[in-house]
Amino acid sequence: MELLMAIIIGILFSAAVYLILSRTLLRVILGTGLLSHGAHLLILTMGGLDGGAPPVIADGVTDFADPLPQALILTAIVISFGVTAFMLVLSYRLYAEHKTDDLNMLRGNDEHD
Amino acid sequence: MNFVFLIFIPIIAALFVPLLYKTIKRIHTGWFVLIVPIVLFAIYTTLLPQTMKGESIVSTLQWIPSMHMNFVSYIDGLSLLFSLLITGIGSLVVLYSIFYLSDKKEQLGHFYVYLLLFMSAMLGVVQSDNVISLYLFWELTSISSFLLIAYWYTNDRSRFGALKSMMITVFGGLMMLGGFAILGIAADTFSIREMIANASTVTSHPLFTMAAVLILLGAFTKSAQFPFYIWLPDAMEAPTPVSAYLHSATMVKAGLYLVARFTPLFASSSTWIWLVMGVGIFTLFWGSFFAVKQTDLKAILAFSTVSQLGLIMSLLGASALTYHSNEAMFAVASFAAIFHLLNHATFKGSLFMVAGIVDLQTGTRDIRKLGGLMSIMPLTFTVAAIGSFSMAGLPPFNGFLSKEMFLDAMLAVRSFELFQFDTWGILFPIIAWIASVFTFIYSMYFVFHTFGKKGDVEALPKAPKEAPTGMLISPIILATLVVVIFFIPNVFGKWLIKPAVLALQPNLYDTPQQIDITIAAWHGFDSMALWMTIGVVAVGTLLYLSMNSWKKIYDAQPERLTLNNGYDALLNFTESGMNKISRSYMTGIIRSYFMYMFAAIAIMTLIAVYVKDAFAFDPNSFAPVTIYAILNGIILVLAISFVLLAKSRMAAFIALGASGYSVALFFVMFKAPDLALTQLVIETVSVALFLLAFQRLPELKNHGETKKNKVANAIIAIGVGFTVMLVALASQSQKLLPSISEYYKETVETLAAGGNIVNVILVDYRGFDTLFEIAVLSIAAIGVYTMIKLRLKGEKKADENE
Repeated sequence: MELLMAIIIGILFSAAVYLILSRTLLRVILGTGLLSHGAHLLILTMGGLDGGAPPVIADGVTDFADPLPQALILTAIVISFGVTAFMLVLSYRLYAEHKTDDLNMLRGNDEHD
Repeated sequence: MNFVFLIFIPIIAALFVPLLYKTIKRIHTGWFVLIVPIVLFAIYTTLLPQTMKGESIVSTLQWIPSMHMNFVSYIDGLSLLFSLLITGIGSLVVLYSIFYLSDKKEQLGHFYVYLLLFMSAMLGVVQSDNVISLYLFWELTSISSFLLIAYWYTNDRSRFGALKSMMITVFGGLMMLGGFAILGIAADTFSIREMIANASTVTSHPLFTMAAVLILLGAFTKSAQFPFYIWLPDAMEAPTPVSAYLHSATMVKAGLYLVARFTPLFASSSTWIWLVMGVGIFTLFWGSFFAVKQTDLKAILAFSTVSQLGLIMSLLGASALTYHSNEAMFAVASFAAIFHLLNHATFKGSLFMVAGIVDLQTGTRDIRKLGGLMSIMPLTFTVAAIGSFSMAGLPPFNGFLSKEMFLDAMLAVRSFELFQFDTWGILFPIIAWIASVFTFIYSMYFVFHTFGKKGDVEALPKAPKEAPTGMLISPIILATLVVVIFFIPNVFGKWLIKPAVLALQPNLYDTPQQIDITIAAWHGFDSMALWMTIGVVAVGTLLYLSMNSWKKIYDAQPERLTLNNGYDALLNFTESGMNKISRSYMTGIIRSYFMYMFAAIAIMTLIAVYVKDAFAFDPNSFAPVTIYAILNGIILVLAISFVLLAKSRMAAFIALGASGYSVALFFVMFKAPDLALTQLVIETVSVALFLLAFQRLPELKNHGETKKNKVANAIIAIGVGFTVMLVALASQSQKLLPSISEYYKETVETLAAGGNIVNVILVDYRGFDTLFEIAVLSIAAIGVYTMIKLRLKGEKKADENE
């Protein structure tokens, strides 16, 4: 199972990096979304996928999935959501101000050298 | 009395200079400053009897004792001679500057603060026994010299000269610090005396020769030796008292001091001897040769200073030969070096002051415009003539004595048998003789083209007249010394020079009384040096008289090949080269930076995994694959490929949402209900957000990305993905420690009174994370709100020219 997940995570990372290297602003944001998915799945996979039951105490269950990675991922999901929302609005403002979403055009000008 | 405090007196006095300058307008500030060097000179004079007995005075001021960095003042004959020069000539220069600089037009406060700063720094250099404090004062001389050269800072040439001297001397200073560090490690002490005492351990250190070269770089840059002399002619933009003080009598001799001080340590090294002698003698020739070319009075003196410093340097090199040979002449070399150092300070100081007087009284320093001033400025002429004749090595002036000794020492080098001197040693007297001829020519050129021949006095910018008496006092005192030293050289020898020679030759003598060298003006007709001097005068006179016919040879050197040009080209090359390099990778395009980062991550990780053989693959530890996971994996990969290939933004958003839901499904499969819940909600909200902004966002279009770019992107992307996969598999296959989660599982009910372990971790075990995650979300919300709402009225456009 870990092998399968490692391959999927690899594909997620590749796609994310490819999108981030793009010139179009929206694609970069899409790429960060995929990148956070990849990172979350990576944390989960590294915690081990052989857990028996969900980490909720119930009678007669002793084999739980590792709860720590889950807690970490939960924190990470919320933070990446905050950042994504911020970036989305930032790109909206950027587009409204500069009328372009071509990152090669958004290079500052000579005064900002 | 703790003599180390004397070093700091000028700096402390400098604190009061601005106060005096601002409050007492009627009296020239220089008069107050004059007290400082005179008092110091008097105090140092009282130490002469002690150094004459060969005693030395050590006093310490603790600075950073835990790192063995202290201000240690070590006064022996050599440091005392320098201290007397610094304070003595310092007094004369301050006196001269009182008449030279007008208190109406000049910022005298600045001038005297810098000058006093320099005085302290210089005293510190020559008295320091601790190499670290020596370096400290050394750099302080560079800085104060920089300030003094750029004293007329509105003048471009001044700023250029100041920068040039700063660059070169600080370069040398840093090299020297490296040399000191090596010595400090080799000798396990920062004290020069202890290094010399442990010379045998220091010389056996593998980096010993390196230390010698580094320290010599410091000495050569400071003392304007070839090829580092180029800053000195440009430093002539400084006020003339500064040129007289710093760039002839004191600062440029700091390098000589350093060589003299370290001679007992480095004399065993043939590299040291060859470098000091070779560079010295070549600088002597080069400086004297190019001095004749100059047309500016101060430039002639600058090149002459370079040349004379080379002479002293080569003598110091010859004095190191006593460590290998019993030849008496090499002992004389060290005596001659110190003697000429003293003589040079007297005559060169007076000549600079003469140049300043001529400049001030006629309005020009250009020797082509000057001439015929002999009858108008008789006193100045007399001083100039005494200085020049002494510089040329003629009797009855002190330069004659030291020049004779110099020629004798160079002749003796021929008979030295080590280090291939038997092959090359013959060059030394030959070059010395040629250089002496040129010295004679430029000395005559200096004095007779300024004062002699018929000049067009009417054409001068100012009608010339004799200088005011006050301005003449200092040069006359120095010129008197020039003559006095000739007639009673052995008195100076006994009081000043022999104690100083002791520092150079501790291997030969224990006290100055043992030095049995007497200076005689007359050696008899069998003296080789006498015939050489007669030859110098004869050939020099002929060449001087026919100067116009051979001066063309100076045009033979193309402008492109001069050292100054080389320096400028080096600076330009460095600047434009660095600029090119920065611009080549700082493109301003965000994709380039991402490429560097991702490529670096992938390559560095792969190399680390390969080098450390860190990859491992252990399928036994893996959980069994389920059919649902495979199906969901296919869905996820499909969603990803839709995101990649989508032509419209709507399709891309929806594909991204699909991939998010697929991840949520994975969370369900891997027994993470809270994650699945959060992921579902967040993904829904995100997609909603995307759709909300939909109308306002740009179309998903391509901005003419080339195929080549796309291929490069794909290679880097696949590289990163592959790296992550490898690392994931490798770390999964070699788990070293069990998870800490067992503790959570066991104590979640007993300690935390909860059943949902994930939630208990979030709010109880690791509640801090959650607190700041809430903070992140709040800040994001505030940020979003601000970006949408806040519009600064009248905000500047990015390009104001539009």
